[in-house]
Amino acid sequence: MRRVALLAAFGAYAMFACARLTAGEETVHLIDAPGRDVTATRCVTCHSLDYIPMNAAVMSRGSWEKTVRKMIDKFGAPIRQEDVAAILDYLTAHYSG
Amino acid sequence: MITRRRWLTGSAGALMLGAMPIGRGDDVADAGGAAADEVLFALSGKKPLIKRSFRPPNFETPLADLRRPFTANDAFFVRYHLAGIPEIEPRTWRRRVGGASVSRPMELTLGDLQSGFERIDLPAVNQCAGNRRAFFAPRVPGVQWGNGAMGHALWSGVRLRDVLRKCGLRSDALEVVFDGADAAVLPQTPDFQKSLPMDRALDENTLIAFAMNARPLPHFNGAPARLIVPGWTGTYWVKHLTDIRVQPQPFEGFWMKAAYRIPTGAFPGARFVSQETPETTAITQILVNSLVTNPAPHTRLVRHRPAELSGWAWDGGTGISAVEVSTDAGVSWRPTTLEKDLGRFAWRGFRLALDTSRSGLLALAVRATSRGGERQPEKLTVNAAGYHDNRISSLVLEVA
Repeated sequence: MRRVALLAAFGAYAMFACARLTAGEETVHLIDAPGRDVTATRCVTCHSLDYIPMNAAVMSRGSWEKTVRKMIDKFGAPIRQEDVAAILDYLTAHYSG
Repeated sequence: MITRRRWLTGSAGALMLGAMPIGRGDDVADAGGAAADEVLFALSGKKPLIKRSFRPPNFETPLADLRRPFTANDAFFVRYHLAGIPEIEPRTWRRRVGGASVSRPMELTLGDLQSGFERIDLPAVNQCAGNRRAFFAPRVPGVQWGNGAMGHALWSGVRLRDVLRKCGLRSDALEVVFDGADAAVLPQTPDFQKSLPMDRALDENTLIAFAMNARPLPHFNGAPARLIVPGWTGTYWVKHLTDIRVQPQPFEGFWMKAAYRIPTGAFPGARFVSQETPETTAITQILVNSLVTNPAPHTRLVRHRPAELSGWAWDGGTGISAVEVSTDAGVSWRPTTLEKDLGRFAWRGFRLALDTSRSGLLALAVRATSRGGERQPEKLTVNAAGYHDNRISSLVLEVA
Protein backbone atom coordinates (compact mmCIF):
# COMPACT_ATOMS: atom_id res chain seq x y z
CA MET A 1 0.00 0.00 0.00
CA ARG A 2 1.17 3.45 -0.80
CA ARG A 3 1.66 5.52 2.29
CA VAL A 4 2.23 9.19 2.54
CA ALA A 5 4.13 10.28 5.59
CA LEU A 6 2.62 13.64 6.18
CA LEU A 7 5.39 15.95 7.11
CA ALA A 8 4.55 18.82 4.81
CA ALA A 9 2.64 21.61 6.40
CA PHE A 10 -0.66 22.51 4.87
CA GLY A 11 -2.75 24.58 7.23
CA ALA A 12 -4.08 22.87 10.31
CA TYR A 13 -3.20 19.49 8.89
CA ALA A 14 0.43 20.06 9.80
CA MET A 15 -0.57 18.84 13.21
CA PHE A 16 -1.14 15.36 11.83
CA ALA A 17 2.61 14.93 11.54
CA CYS A 18 2.65 11.78 13.62
CA ALA A 19 -0.10 10.06 11.65
CA ARG A 20 0.67 8.12 8.50
CA LEU A 21 -1.99 8.89 5.96
CA THR A 22 -2.78 6.63 3.03
CA ALA A 23 -3.27 7.76 -0.55
CA GLY A 24 -6.61 9.42 -1.03
CA GLU A 25 -7.40 10.40 2.52
CA GLU A 26 -5.85 13.84 2.19
CA THR A 27 -9.00 14.68 0.21
CA VAL A 28 -11.10 14.29 3.35
CA HIS A 29 -11.67 17.63 5.06
CA LEU A 30 -13.67 18.29 8.15
CA ILE A 31 -15.87 21.37 8.41
CA ASP A 32 -13.78 24.37 9.43
CA ALA A 33 -15.16 25.51 12.77
CA PRO A 34 -13.97 25.79 16.39
CA GLY A 35 -12.94 22.37 17.67
CA ARG A 36 -11.97 21.00 14.27
CA ASP A 37 -8.24 20.92 14.87
CA VAL A 38 -8.34 19.13 18.20
CA THR A 39 -10.87 16.65 16.78
CA ALA A 40 -8.91 16.01 13.60
CA THR A 41 -5.51 15.64 15.23
CA ARG A 42 -6.76 13.15 17.83
CA CYS A 43 -8.90 11.02 15.53
CA VAL A 44 -6.48 10.85 12.60
CA THR A 45 -3.85 9.05 14.66
CA CYS A 46 -5.66 5.77 14.14
CA HIS A 47 -8.08 6.29 11.25
CA SER A 48 -8.94 8.49 8.31
CA LEU A 49 -11.37 11.29 9.06
CA ASP A 50 -14.02 9.99 6.65
CA TYR A 51 -15.31 7.84 9.53
CA ILE A 52 -16.79 11.05 10.95
CA PRO A 53 -18.98 12.17 8.00
CA MET A 54 -19.77 8.51 7.22
CA ASN A 55 -21.50 8.16 10.58
CA ALA A 56 -22.87 11.69 10.92
CA ALA A 57 -26.47 10.88 10.00
CA VAL A 58 -26.57 8.19 12.68
CA MET A 59 -25.05 10.23 15.49
CA SER A 60 -26.18 12.46 18.34
CA ARG A 61 -24.24 13.97 21.23
CA GLY A 62 -24.95 10.86 23.26
CA SER A 63 -23.73 8.46 20.60
CA TRP A 64 -20.65 10.60 19.89
CA GLU A 65 -19.87 10.56 23.60
CA LYS A 66 -20.19 6.79 23.63
CA THR A 67 -17.91 6.56 20.59
CA VAL A 68 -15.26 8.91 21.97
CA ARG A 69 -15.30 7.03 25.30
CA LYS A 70 -14.88 3.74 23.43
CA MET A 71 -11.93 5.18 21.53
CA ILE A 72 -10.29 6.29 24.78
CA ASP A 73 -11.24 3.41 27.08
CA LYS A 74 -11.12 0.43 24.71
CA PHE A 75 -8.75 1.51 21.95
CA GLY A 76 -6.38 3.68 23.96
CA ALA A 77 -6.84 6.86 21.94
CA PRO A 78 -4.51 9.60 23.25
CA ILE A 79 -7.27 12.10 23.99
CA ARG A 80 -6.82 14.26 27.07
CA GLN A 81 -9.81 14.57 29.36
CA GLU A 82 -9.85 18.35 28.90
CA ASP A 83 -10.20 17.91 25.11
CA VAL A 84 -13.22 15.62 25.25
CA ALA A 85 -15.78 18.39 25.66
CA ALA A 86 -14.42 20.41 22.72
CA ILE A 87 -14.42 17.32 20.51
CA LEU A 88 -17.98 16.44 21.52
CA ASP A 89 -19.16 20.01 20.95
CA TYR A 90 -17.62 20.04 17.49
CA LEU A 91 -18.93 16.61 16.44
CA THR A 92 -22.40 17.35 17.79
CA ALA A 93 -22.62 20.73 16.07
CA HIS A 94 -21.36 19.61 12.66
CA TYR A 95 -21.68 15.84 12.38
CA SER A 96 -24.97 14.81 13.93
CA GLY A 97 -28.14 13.64 12.23
CA MET B 1 -31.03 4.80 -14.31
CA ILE B 2 -30.28 7.97 -12.40
CA THR B 3 -26.60 8.75 -12.38
CA ARG B 4 -24.65 11.61 -11.00
CA ARG B 5 -20.92 11.71 -11.14
CA ARG B 6 -18.59 13.51 -8.85
CA TRP B 7 -14.94 13.90 -9.72
CA LEU B 8 -12.30 14.54 -7.15
CA THR B 9 -8.61 14.68 -7.67
CA GLY B 10 -6.47 14.04 -4.67
CA SER B 11 -3.13 15.71 -4.17
CA ALA B 12 -1.50 12.30 -4.28
CA GLY B 13 -2.68 12.05 -7.86
CA ALA B 14 -5.47 9.72 -6.89
CA LEU B 15 -8.54 9.84 -9.06
CA MET B 16 -11.93 9.28 -7.56
CA LEU B 17 -15.16 8.85 -9.39
CA GLY B 18 -18.52 9.44 -7.82
CA ALA B 19 -20.88 6.53 -7.99
CA MET B 20 -24.58 6.60 -8.48
CA PRO B 21 -26.88 7.61 -5.70
CA ILE B 22 -29.76 5.24 -5.38
CA GLY B 23 -32.99 5.98 -3.60
CA ARG B 24 -34.26 3.62 -0.93
CA GLY B 25 -37.58 2.46 0.33
CA ASP B 26 -38.27 3.07 3.98
CA ASP B 27 -38.65 -0.43 5.22
CA VAL B 28 -37.34 -3.02 2.85
CA ALA B 29 -33.77 -3.57 1.71
CA ASP B 30 -33.08 -2.20 -1.74
CA ALA B 31 -31.22 -4.39 -4.18
CA GLY B 32 -28.99 -1.59 -5.38
CA GLY B 33 -26.12 0.41 -3.98
CA ALA B 34 -26.05 2.43 -0.79
CA ALA B 35 -26.10 6.09 0.01
CA ALA B 36 -25.64 9.02 -2.32
CA ASP B 37 -22.32 10.72 -2.90
CA GLU B 38 -20.29 7.56 -3.03
CA VAL B 39 -16.64 7.84 -3.92
CA LEU B 40 -14.90 5.26 -6.08
CA PHE B 41 -11.21 4.80 -5.39
CA ALA B 42 -8.66 2.25 -6.54
CA LEU B 43 -6.38 0.74 -3.91
CA SER B 44 -3.13 -0.77 -5.14
CA GLY B 45 -3.99 -3.99 -6.98
CA LYS B 46 -7.70 -3.17 -7.04
CA LYS B 47 -10.04 -1.57 -9.52
CA PRO B 48 -12.08 1.42 -8.31
CA LEU B 49 -14.35 0.27 -5.48
CA ILE B 50 -16.84 2.14 -3.31
CA LYS B 51 -14.80 3.84 -0.60
CA ARG B 52 -16.26 3.65 2.89
CA SER B 53 -13.04 4.61 4.69
CA PHE B 54 -9.48 5.14 3.51
CA ARG B 55 -7.62 4.07 6.67
CA PRO B 56 -8.09 1.38 7.75
CA PRO B 57 -9.21 0.55 4.22
CA ASN B 58 -12.86 -0.38 3.88
CA PHE B 59 -13.97 -0.70 0.28
CA GLU B 60 -17.15 -2.16 -1.10
CA THR B 61 -17.74 -4.01 -4.38
CA PRO B 62 -20.06 -2.11 -6.76
CA LEU B 63 -23.19 -3.94 -7.94
CA ALA B 64 -21.86 -4.18 -11.50
CA ASP B 65 -18.94 -6.28 -10.22
CA LEU B 66 -21.25 -8.67 -8.39
CA ARG B 67 -22.83 -9.90 -11.64
CA ARG B 68 -20.16 -12.48 -12.46
CA PRO B 69 -20.42 -15.97 -10.94
CA PHE B 70 -17.02 -15.45 -9.29
CA THR B 71 -16.23 -11.97 -8.01
CA ALA B 72 -12.97 -10.83 -9.58
CA ASN B 73 -9.98 -10.56 -7.24
CA ASP B 74 -9.45 -6.91 -8.11
CA ALA B 75 -13.11 -6.14 -7.37
CA PHE B 76 -13.42 -8.14 -4.13
CA PHE B 77 -14.38 -6.06 -1.08
CA VAL B 78 -11.77 -4.97 1.46
CA ARG B 79 -12.42 -4.82 5.19
CA TYR B 80 -9.95 -3.98 8.00
CA HIS B 81 -10.29 -2.86 11.60
CA LEU B 82 -6.69 -1.77 12.11
CA ALA B 83 -4.54 0.48 9.95
CA GLY B 84 -1.18 -1.29 10.20
CA ILE B 85 -1.22 -3.65 7.22
CA PRO B 86 2.26 -4.88 6.33
CA GLU B 87 3.28 -6.16 2.93
CA ILE B 88 4.37 -9.71 3.60
CA GLU B 89 7.14 -11.44 1.70
CA PRO B 90 5.67 -14.90 0.91
CA ARG B 91 9.09 -16.61 0.86
CA THR B 92 10.01 -15.64 4.39
CA TRP B 93 6.52 -15.78 5.89
CA ARG B 94 6.08 -18.29 8.71
CA ARG B 95 2.95 -19.34 10.48
CA ARG B 96 3.17 -20.57 14.04
CA VAL B 97 0.79 -23.24 15.25
CA GLY B 98 0.82 -23.84 18.96
CA GLY B 99 -1.00 -23.15 22.22
CA ALA B 100 -1.57 -25.09 25.41
CA SER B 101 -3.77 -27.67 23.70
CA VAL B 102 -1.28 -28.99 21.18
CA SER B 103 1.59 -31.32 22.02
CA ARG B 104 3.84 -30.54 19.03
CA PRO B 105 3.83 -26.84 18.16
CA MET B 106 5.32 -26.06 14.76
CA GLU B 107 6.19 -23.37 12.29
CA LEU B 108 5.10 -23.66 8.69
CA THR B 109 6.22 -21.85 5.57
CA LEU B 110 3.97 -21.28 2.60
CA GLY B 111 5.86 -24.08 0.84
CA ASP B 112 5.21 -26.45 3.78
CA LEU B 113 1.52 -25.68 3.53
CA GLN B 114 1.35 -26.10 -0.22
CA SER B 115 3.34 -29.32 -0.39
CA GLY B 116 2.62 -31.01 2.91
CA PHE B 117 -1.17 -31.24 2.89
CA GLU B 118 -4.03 -32.20 0.57
CA ARG B 119 -5.11 -29.24 -1.54
CA ILE B 120 -8.78 -28.29 -1.42
CA ASP B 121 -10.67 -26.02 -3.85
CA LEU B 122 -13.93 -24.67 -2.49
CA PRO B 123 -16.37 -22.05 -3.86
CA ALA B 124 -17.77 -19.95 -1.02
CA VAL B 125 -19.41 -16.63 -0.26
CA ASN B 126 -17.45 -14.27 1.98
CA GLN B 127 -19.87 -11.81 3.53
CA CYS B 128 -19.11 -9.22 6.17
CA ALA B 129 -21.33 -9.44 9.25
CA GLY B 130 -22.24 -5.77 8.75
CA ASN B 131 -23.12 -5.98 5.06
CA ARG B 132 -26.16 -3.71 4.41
CA ARG B 133 -25.71 -1.86 7.71
CA ALA B 134 -26.52 1.40 5.91
CA PHE B 135 -30.07 0.12 5.40
CA PHE B 136 -30.80 -0.35 9.10
CA ALA B 137 -33.77 1.55 10.48
CA PRO B 138 -33.11 3.07 12.91
CA ARG B 139 -29.59 3.46 11.57
CA VAL B 140 -26.62 2.31 13.63
CA PRO B 141 -23.01 3.50 13.80
CA GLY B 142 -20.27 1.56 12.05
CA VAL B 143 -18.97 1.25 8.52
CA GLN B 144 -22.01 2.16 6.45
CA TRP B 145 -21.95 -0.79 4.06
CA GLY B 146 -24.42 -1.14 1.23
CA ASN B 147 -24.83 -4.48 -0.54
CA GLY B 148 -21.22 -4.97 -1.57
CA ALA B 149 -19.39 -6.07 1.58
CA MET B 150 -19.52 -9.53 0.10
CA GLY B 151 -18.26 -11.60 -2.78
CA HIS B 152 -18.01 -15.14 -4.06
CA ALA B 153 -14.71 -16.81 -4.92
CA LEU B 154 -13.06 -20.16 -5.44
CA TRP B 155 -10.75 -20.55 -2.45
CA SER B 156 -7.77 -22.91 -2.57
CA GLY B 157 -5.80 -24.09 0.39
CA VAL B 158 -5.48 -26.85 2.93
CA ARG B 159 -7.76 -28.04 5.69
CA LEU B 160 -7.09 -26.39 9.04
CA ARG B 161 -7.79 -29.73 10.72
CA ASP B 162 -5.01 -31.46 8.78
CA VAL B 163 -2.56 -28.85 10.10
CA LEU B 164 -3.92 -28.98 13.66
CA ARG B 165 -3.81 -32.77 13.82
CA LYS B 166 -0.19 -32.76 12.76
CA CYS B 167 0.51 -30.66 15.85
CA GLY B 168 -0.98 -33.23 18.20
CA LEU B 169 -4.31 -31.92 19.48
CA ARG B 170 -4.92 -32.51 23.16
CA SER B 171 -8.32 -33.61 24.40
CA ASP B 172 -8.86 -30.40 26.39
CA ALA B 173 -8.86 -28.21 23.24
CA LEU B 174 -11.80 -25.76 23.38
CA GLU B 175 -11.11 -22.91 20.95
CA VAL B 176 -8.60 -22.10 18.21
CA VAL B 177 -7.40 -18.48 18.19
CA PHE B 178 -6.20 -16.82 14.98
CA ASP B 179 -4.00 -13.76 14.63
CA GLY B 180 -3.03 -11.96 11.45
CA ALA B 181 -0.20 -9.59 10.62
CA ASP B 182 -2.48 -6.54 10.55
CA ALA B 183 -1.88 -4.48 13.67
CA ALA B 184 -3.08 -1.38 15.42
CA VAL B 185 -1.35 2.00 15.25
CA LEU B 186 -1.23 2.22 19.04
CA PRO B 187 0.05 -0.60 21.22
CA GLN B 188 -2.89 -0.22 23.59
CA THR B 189 -5.50 -0.87 20.87
CA PRO B 190 -6.76 -4.48 20.96
CA ASP B 191 -5.14 -6.56 18.23
CA PHE B 192 -7.55 -8.16 15.77
CA GLN B 193 -7.73 -11.80 16.82
CA LYS B 194 -10.64 -14.20 16.45
CA SER B 195 -11.45 -17.65 17.73
CA LEU B 196 -13.46 -20.62 16.52
CA PRO B 197 -14.99 -23.45 18.52
CA MET B 198 -13.26 -26.81 17.96
CA ASP B 199 -16.08 -28.35 15.92
CA ARG B 200 -15.93 -25.49 13.43
CA ALA B 201 -12.12 -25.45 13.38
CA LEU B 202 -12.08 -29.18 12.65
CA ASP B 203 -14.82 -28.99 10.01
CA GLU B 204 -13.53 -30.36 6.71
CA ASN B 205 -14.49 -27.08 4.99
CA THR B 206 -12.48 -24.74 7.21
CA LEU B 207 -9.36 -23.92 5.23
CA ILE B 208 -6.11 -22.05 5.34
CA ALA B 209 -6.24 -20.60 1.83
CA PHE B 210 -3.41 -19.20 -0.25
CA ALA B 211 -5.27 -18.74 -3.54
CA MET B 212 -8.44 -17.05 -4.68
CA ASN B 213 -9.93 -17.72 -8.10
CA ALA B 214 -6.76 -19.64 -9.04
CA ARG B 215 -4.50 -16.66 -8.31
CA PRO B 216 -2.46 -15.86 -5.19
CA LEU B 217 -4.53 -13.96 -2.61
CA PRO B 218 -4.50 -10.20 -3.28
CA HIS B 219 -2.66 -8.19 -0.62
CA PHE B 220 -5.90 -6.55 0.56
CA ASN B 221 -7.65 -9.91 0.82
CA GLY B 222 -5.13 -11.48 3.16
CA ALA B 223 -1.93 -12.51 1.33
CA PRO B 224 -0.15 -14.79 1.64
CA ALA B 225 -2.61 -16.98 3.55
CA ARG B 226 -5.94 -16.43 5.27
CA LEU B 227 -8.57 -18.41 7.06
CA ILE B 228 -11.67 -19.51 5.13
CA VAL B 229 -14.70 -20.35 7.27
CA PRO B 230 -17.40 -21.15 4.71
CA GLY B 231 -20.90 -20.35 5.88
CA TRP B 232 -19.69 -18.12 8.72
CA THR B 233 -19.52 -14.34 8.53
CA GLY B 234 -16.36 -12.69 7.22
CA THR B 235 -15.14 -11.58 10.65
CA TYR B 236 -13.73 -15.09 11.21
CA TRP B 237 -11.86 -15.17 7.89
CA VAL B 238 -8.64 -13.82 9.46
CA LYS B 239 -6.26 -12.37 6.87
CA HIS B 240 -2.43 -12.48 6.72
CA LEU B 241 -2.41 -15.40 9.21
CA THR B 242 0.58 -15.43 11.53
CA ASP B 243 -0.44 -17.35 14.66
CA ILE B 244 -2.80 -20.19 15.38
CA ARG B 245 -3.23 -21.16 19.04
CA VAL B 246 -5.30 -24.01 20.36
CA GLN B 247 -6.37 -23.42 23.93
CA PRO B 248 -8.45 -25.07 26.63
CA GLN B 249 -10.27 -21.89 27.69
CA PRO B 250 -12.48 -19.31 25.91
CA PHE B 251 -10.54 -16.57 24.15
CA GLU B 252 -11.05 -13.27 25.97
CA GLY B 253 -9.99 -10.81 23.27
CA PHE B 254 -11.93 -7.62 22.52
CA TRP B 255 -12.96 -8.76 19.03
CA MET B 256 -14.71 -11.80 20.47
CA LYS B 257 -15.97 -10.56 23.85
CA ALA B 258 -17.00 -7.00 22.97
CA ALA B 259 -17.36 -6.85 19.19
CA TYR B 260 -19.29 -8.98 16.72
CA ARG B 261 -21.89 -9.82 19.35
CA ILE B 262 -25.60 -10.43 18.74
CA PRO B 263 -28.45 -10.98 21.19
CA THR B 264 -28.43 -14.61 22.36
CA GLY B 265 -31.13 -16.63 20.66
CA ALA B 266 -32.27 -13.84 18.34
CA PHE B 267 -31.05 -15.41 15.10
CA PRO B 268 -30.88 -18.90 13.63
CA GLY B 269 -27.45 -20.43 13.10
CA ALA B 270 -24.73 -22.36 14.87
CA ARG B 271 -24.14 -21.67 18.57
CA PHE B 272 -20.70 -20.72 19.84
CA VAL B 273 -21.30 -21.98 23.36
CA SER B 274 -17.97 -21.03 24.94
CA GLN B 275 -18.48 -17.41 23.84
CA GLU B 276 -22.12 -17.20 24.90
CA THR B 277 -23.61 -15.22 27.80
CA PRO B 278 -27.31 -15.03 28.72
CA GLU B 279 -27.50 -11.64 26.96
CA THR B 280 -25.20 -11.81 23.95
CA THR B 281 -23.23 -14.26 21.89
CA ALA B 282 -20.66 -14.25 19.10
CA ILE B 283 -22.16 -13.94 15.62
CA THR B 284 -21.64 -17.15 13.64
CA GLN B 285 -23.34 -18.25 10.42
CA ILE B 286 -24.49 -16.19 7.46
CA LEU B 287 -28.29 -16.02 7.19
CA VAL B 288 -30.20 -16.94 4.04
CA ASN B 289 -30.16 -13.96 1.71
CA SER B 290 -30.38 -12.81 -1.90
CA LEU B 291 -29.23 -10.00 -4.13
CA VAL B 292 -30.74 -8.88 -7.42
CA THR B 293 -27.89 -7.93 -9.73
CA ASN B 294 -29.98 -7.33 -12.87
CA PRO B 295 -31.69 -5.06 -13.62
CA ALA B 296 -30.18 -2.35 -11.43
CA PRO B 297 -32.72 -0.51 -9.25
CA HIS B 298 -34.77 2.10 -11.09
CA THR B 299 -33.87 0.73 -14.50
CA ARG B 300 -36.33 1.75 -17.20
CA LEU B 301 -37.42 -1.25 -19.24
CA VAL B 302 -38.76 -0.90 -22.77
CA ARG B 303 -42.37 -2.03 -23.09
CA HIS B 304 -42.77 -5.37 -24.90
CA ARG B 305 -39.01 -5.89 -25.02
CA PRO B 306 -37.99 -9.10 -23.20
CA ALA B 307 -36.32 -8.44 -19.86
CA GLU B 308 -35.01 -10.74 -17.19
CA LEU B 309 -34.47 -10.52 -13.45
CA SER B 310 -31.36 -12.27 -12.14
CA GLY B 311 -29.13 -12.43 -9.12
CA TRP B 312 -27.69 -14.63 -6.38
CA ALA B 313 -28.95 -16.38 -3.28
CA TRP B 314 -26.86 -17.92 -0.49
CA ASP B 315 -26.98 -19.05 3.11
CA GLY B 316 -24.79 -20.38 5.91
CA GLY B 317 -24.04 -23.71 4.31
CA THR B 318 -27.18 -25.75 3.60
CA GLY B 319 -27.64 -24.46 0.06
CA ILE B 320 -30.58 -22.75 -1.62
CA SER B 321 -33.83 -24.59 -2.36
CA ALA B 322 -35.91 -21.77 -3.86
CA VAL B 323 -35.88 -18.13 -4.86
CA GLU B 324 -39.31 -16.58 -5.40
CA VAL B 325 -40.54 -13.27 -6.74
CA SER B 326 -43.67 -11.34 -5.85
CA THR B 327 -45.12 -8.50 -7.90
CA ASP B 328 -48.08 -7.91 -5.57
CA ALA B 329 -46.30 -6.82 -2.38
CA GLY B 330 -45.85 -10.34 -1.08
CA VAL B 331 -49.43 -11.63 -1.54
CA SER B 332 -48.39 -14.27 -4.06
CA TRP B 333 -44.99 -15.66 -4.99
CA ARG B 334 -43.73 -17.46 -8.06
CA PRO B 335 -40.56 -19.47 -8.35
CA THR B 336 -37.56 -18.38 -10.36
CA THR B 337 -35.32 -20.75 -12.30
CA LEU B 338 -32.27 -21.72 -10.26
CA GLU B 339 -28.87 -21.98 -11.94
CA LYS B 340 -26.35 -24.77 -11.46
CA ASP B 341 -25.56 -25.66 -7.85
CA LEU B 342 -21.83 -25.04 -7.33
CA GLY B 343 -21.80 -26.26 -3.74
CA ARG B 344 -23.59 -25.55 -0.49
CA PHE B 345 -21.34 -22.60 0.45
CA ALA B 346 -21.53 -21.05 -3.02
CA TRP B 347 -24.11 -18.55 -4.10
CA ARG B 348 -26.81 -19.83 -6.41
CA GLY B 349 -27.92 -17.95 -9.49
CA PHE B 350 -31.61 -17.34 -10.18
CA ARG B 351 -33.49 -15.85 -13.11
CA LEU B 352 -37.02 -14.96 -14.12
CA ALA B 353 -38.50 -13.37 -17.25
CA LEU B 354 -40.18 -10.07 -16.44
CA ASP B 355 -43.57 -9.04 -17.77
CA THR B 356 -43.04 -5.86 -19.78
CA SER B 357 -46.44 -5.85 -21.46
CA ARG B 358 -47.86 -3.03 -19.30
CA SER B 359 -46.30 0.35 -18.80
CA GLY B 360 -45.85 1.79 -15.33
CA LEU B 361 -43.90 1.01 -12.21
CA LEU B 362 -42.95 -2.58 -11.53
CA ALA B 363 -42.37 -3.27 -7.83
CA LEU B 364 -40.68 -6.59 -7.16
CA ALA B 365 -39.91 -8.47 -3.97
CA VAL B 366 -37.42 -11.34 -3.93
CA ARG B 367 -36.99 -13.96 -1.23
CA ALA B 368 -34.76 -17.00 -0.93
CA THR B 369 -35.34 -20.18 1.06
CA SER B 370 -32.52 -22.45 2.17
CA ARG B 371 -32.42 -26.22 2.16
CA GLY B 372 -32.28 -25.90 5.92
CA GLY B 373 -35.76 -24.35 5.81
CA GLU B 374 -34.80 -20.75 6.63
CA ARG B 375 -36.47 -18.05 4.56
CA GLN B 376 -35.70 -14.33 4.22
CA PRO B 377 -37.93 -12.38 6.63
CA GLU B 378 -39.95 -9.24 5.95
CA LYS B 379 -38.66 -7.42 9.00
CA LEU B 380 -35.27 -6.63 10.40
CA THR B 381 -34.24 -8.14 13.72
CA VAL B 382 -32.81 -4.96 15.22
CA ASN B 383 -29.44 -5.38 16.94
CA ALA B 384 -27.08 -2.73 18.24
CA ALA B 385 -24.16 -3.34 15.90
CA GLY B 386 -26.16 -3.63 12.70
CA TYR B 387 -25.56 -7.23 11.68
CA HIS B 388 -27.57 -9.81 9.72
CA ASP B 389 -29.81 -7.71 7.47
CA ASN B 390 -31.35 -10.44 5.33
CA ARG B 391 -34.74 -8.90 4.69
CA ILE B 392 -36.68 -9.69 1.54
CA SER B 393 -35.21 -7.55 -1.23
CA SER B 394 -37.39 -5.04 -3.00
CA LEU B 395 -36.73 -3.46 -6.34
CA VAL B 396 -38.65 -0.84 -8.30
CA LEU B 397 -38.36 -0.79 -12.08
CA GLU B 398 -40.23 1.20 -14.67
CA VAL B 399 -41.74 -0.08 -17.89
CA ALA B 400 -42.18 2.61 -20.55
